[in-house]
Amino acid sequence: MASIELRNITKIFRDAKRKRDLLAIDDVSLSVEKNEFLCLLGSSGCGKSTLLNMIAGFEKPTEGSVTVGGKAVDGPGADRGMVFQQANLMPWLPVWENVAFHLRLKGWRKADRRDAAQDYIDMVGLRGFENHFPAELSGGMSQRVGIARALLLNPQVILMDEPFAALDAQTKMDMQEELVAIWQKQRCTVVFVTHSVDEALVLGTRVAVMTSRPGRIRELIALDLPRPRDTTGPRFNDHKRHILNLIREEGLQQRQVAVA
Amino acid sequence: MTALSKSWERAVVPLFILATWEVFSRSGFLPAALLPAPSVVLHTWGDWIFGFDETSQGNTGRWLADALSSATRVAAGYGIAVVSGVALGIAIGWWRWVERTVEPTLQMLRPVPPVSWIPLAIIWFGIANKPAIFLVFLGAFFPILMNTIHGVKTADRNLIRAASMMGATEQQLLRHVVFPAALPSIFAGLRIGIGAAWMLTVTAEMVAVKSGLGYVLWDSYYFLRYDLVLAAMASIGLLGYATDALIKVLMSAALHWQHGSTLQSREG
Ligand SMILES: Nc1ncnc2c1ncn2[C@@H]1O[C@H](COP(=O)(O)OP(=O)(O)OP(=O)(O)O)[C@@H](O)[C@H]1O
Ligand SMILES: [Mg+2]
Repeated sequence: MASIELRNITKIFRDAKRKRDLLAIDDVSLSVEKNEFLCLLGSSGCGKSTLLNMIAGFEKPTEGSVTVGGKAVDGPGADRGMVFQQANLMPWLPVWENVAFHLRLKGWRKADRRDAAQDYIDMVGLRGFENHFPAELSGGMSQRVGIARALLLNPQVILMDEPFAALDAQTKMDMQEELVAIWQKQRCTVVFVTHSVDEALVLGTRVAVMTSRPGRIRELIALDLPRPRDTTGPRFNDHKRHILNLIREEGLQQRQVAVA
Repeated sequence: MTALSKSWERAVVPLFILATWEVFSRSGFLPAALLPAPSVVLHTWGDWIFGFDETSQGNTGRWLADALSSATRVAAGYGIAVVSGVALGIAIGWWRWVERTVEPTLQMLRPVPPVSWIPLAIIWFGIANKPAIFLVFLGAFFPILMNTIHGVKTADRNLIRAASMMGATEQQLLRHVVFPAALPSIFAGLRIGIGAAWMLTVTAEMVAVKSGLGYVLWDSYYFLRYDLVLAAMASIGLLGYATDALIKVLMSAALHWQHGSTLQSREG
């Protein structure tokens, strides 16, 4: 049984002020198997966040249905952990309380929350920063707190919206490695949004290349490359060439539409 | 060292004013009764507080009782205003239907100056604590309410999304996200509110109550005791300053996370 099932999703944003509707997602169908690592790849504004928000339950599709684990999505829930494009930490809580926020909602005692948070804080390499407040963290550190917070939910599905976009090359590589290790250990399903071809190829078991607005799935590419991925190997670069070509064609078509 | 020199800097202006005032009063330019010298005021004030030589006549040694009855009215009216203002403010900010049904009425009442309620307050509650408490409530309620609404409405929607992603119910959202997010704004309202509270206690005591600092102030005016009037004014100023300082302490304790530079919490 597929873990995430999108059936004929269309999303129209009604713009009352400008009296114009925006077709953000046009008839997307997609099924993500359990334990898959799907990368959504597409240019800025093509509807990647919108698609992710519909899986998370923050937005409702205008048409079509979303099911996760066989159940129709009708709102956000702790079975789907989300790592946001901005970290979105509670600024009034220290790092460990942010990580354990879910347990606070469940009414756990403070000492137990503190213990449970520690594992995940260690996992993302933030030991020593437990009592820092978000204002005292760098952008990359905040993003890692957001990841730890989503992992603590121990969700079946993890949704990530360009979580590493703000990180430097070295930290990004470390975090990617870490994420793959976590995914292999926890056996969860990941949907990972990115606009970096390399990142998609390093992480995914499959890559969904999206078209520019309105967002559709242009092509689904299965990656059967061994891990850790060799970014200089010929097969990696075959895939990369192929995807870059898709993106180039897409860009050309867009420009022709604009000229016509 | 620096702290000491800083407190000196702060004292320079008041000391200068007091000294000039003292010299001016003693020069005989005005009749001494109209502008009592600071030393005279201090003497009367001292007697009002400690009751050593009855310069303050019937008020001798009664300062603490007067201050307490004013402070009690402030505490009662302000307490009611805080609880109702914050609760209603959160409801108005969060639920559209509450906003639509309640807010227009409140916005119409808001421009009516609290003092203009005095006649009705006396008719409804008589001459005692209640009309004063009512006025204090009115004065403090609206700034607290408005600031709470503002704080809720400007809460970061993404934090609410993050919390509901972690399974928060609506009640939990209000308690664990919306309320803390609105807290800086709520505190701004609390500080404006405490000023209004003191202002209205004193006003009410001048008209509708027979005790407290405001009553002593007005009563002394009838008896031409301007030294007592000044002592009462100084007492009110001092108490207002002290309560505001207390709120500031609470605020910096509750909002310590706002200072990105706090170093108090290193290692865990
Ligand atoms: N709440 C909204 N109301 C109206 N339009 C929206 C809303 N959210 C997104 N859109 C529009 O939908 C389109 C897709 O937006 P989305 O945020 O999904 O893009 P994206 O692929 O995540 O881009 P990026 O890579 O820059 O984050 C954009 O044209 C955007 O203007
Ligand atoms: Mg996006």
